[in-house]
Amino acid sequence: MISIENVSKTYHTRLGQRTILDNISFKLARGRNIGILGRNGAGKSTLIRLIAGAERPTSGVIRRDMSVSWPLAFGGAFQTHLTGLDNLKFVCRVYGVDYKPLIPFVEDFTELGVYFREPVMHYSAGMTTRLAFALSMAIEFDCFLIDEAMVVGDQRFHERCHIELFQKRKDRAFILVTHDANSIRMYCESACVLRNGKLIPFATVDEAFEFYEANPN
Amino acid sequence: MTSEVSFFRSLAIQGRVMQALLMREVITRYGRDNLGVLWLIGEPMVFTLGVMALWTFAGMHHGSQLPIAAFAITGYSSVLMWRNSVGRCVSALQSNFNLLYHRNVQVIDVFITRTLLEMAGATMSFIVLSIAFTAAELMTWPVDPLQVIFGWLMLAWFGLALALIIGAATAYSEIVERLWGPTTYFMFPLAGAAFMVDWLPKQAQDVVLFLPMVHGLEIIREGYFGNVVRTHYDLGYMATCCLVMTLVGLFLVRDAGERVEQQ
Repeated sequence: MISIENVSKTYHTRLGQRTILDNISFKLARGRNIGILGRNGAGKSTLIRLIAGAERPTSGVIRRDMSVSWPLAFGGAFQTHLTGLDNLKFVCRVYGVDYKPLIPFVEDFTELGVYFREPVMHYSAGMTTRLAFALSMAIEFDCFLIDEAMVVGDQRFHERCHIELFQKRKDRAFILVTHDANSIRMYCESACVLRNGKLIPFATVDEAFEFYEANPN
Repeated sequence: MTSEVSFFRSLAIQGRVMQALLMREVITRYGRDNLGVLWLIGEPMVFTLGVMALWTFAGMHHGSQLPIAAFAITGYSSVLMWRNSVGRCVSALQSNFNLLYHRNVQVIDVFITRTLLEMAGATMSFIVLSIAFTAAELMTWPVDPLQVIFGWLMLAWFGLALALIIGAATAYSEIVERLWGPTTYFMFPLAGAAFMVDWLPKQAQDVVLFLPMVHGLEIIREGYFGNVVRTHYDLGYMATCCLVMTLVGLFLVRDAGERVEQQ
């Protein structure tokens, strides 16, 4: 179970305090999933960072009784001077997992070839994305945080991510955060809309979809 | 924020994370080419040797009886140890920002890792140089090695505490980062590397003895040279300073962790 209880997040800007998330609460049980719809700047990524634990809420409590991934396929966590392999080792050490059995999977999934042992700074954008996704899959979590990662990349990469995440790991919980209502309809069993800092729950995904389409800003 | 985790499990996680950061830091900083990780020791060694050469030619030892090699090595290595540790923590948050996405990686892990690595390098350099120069008969063994180690550890404590404070402070304002450069520059002549407290006039002694690191260095030198030198230090004063600084540092680091904001 993950429970988000009365969480608010305020940032300081030159024009004073800006409340990005305003008293948000929801729960997610093991094996369940939820989609959160929001327009650009609605605070989707902030919410994901709070749930991931990368930042602290200004007020409120986040409880995690299952293991929660870092934001899926997040490329920023790379040390670009390190090779793909070094990055795999680093992530494995942080999570206490042996990296050696994972090398074949990561090599196969990323299709990096010799570049797997070259510094990440020499990678193309596509290569970096593939590595980021593979590293997220290398560590097994109870709950995955997905921040529009599925939208990037070409069709083939898309399909392979789909297989890894939604087929091989369909017993896991996930939180999918996106502006794209269709992917929520495709993958999620429940949905909320994040709007003006408030999280609006809906009984069905279709209702959330209709509300989202009817309120373009 | 998370559910309750036992102390020993937390300790295990902390150890794991720090090991991961340490390995990562070593490879990023020194790479696998040429000397690689040996630069960890080589860098401070080059510095110390350079300063030693300069001081020898400049006749810096005030006509005292002390062997210049031992004087420079004890003085410069130890200042280098705590100063570089702090220096490495100044930019630590910025360059390790994204690692905080891994929830178990906390701000304090980043600081402690960098400090440990820096101190390990400076310590090894100190030991290697001492052995080399003793073998070359440019200096002798310390009179009381245990006291040298004790003084060194006290300075390490001071360095860690200061690193936590300054490192965390950079999360509040980048002014700290800009001021740290000049501050170390001005502090260097006061930190005791180039003088013994006893050589100074009484008034100057009272002033420099406000600085905790001067006490640490006096302890090291008393251990090294024994009764040949008259030393002035107050262990209680230095320990109190370090303790207070550690508490302030820990508090700031915790608060900085709450403030960290990603782009």
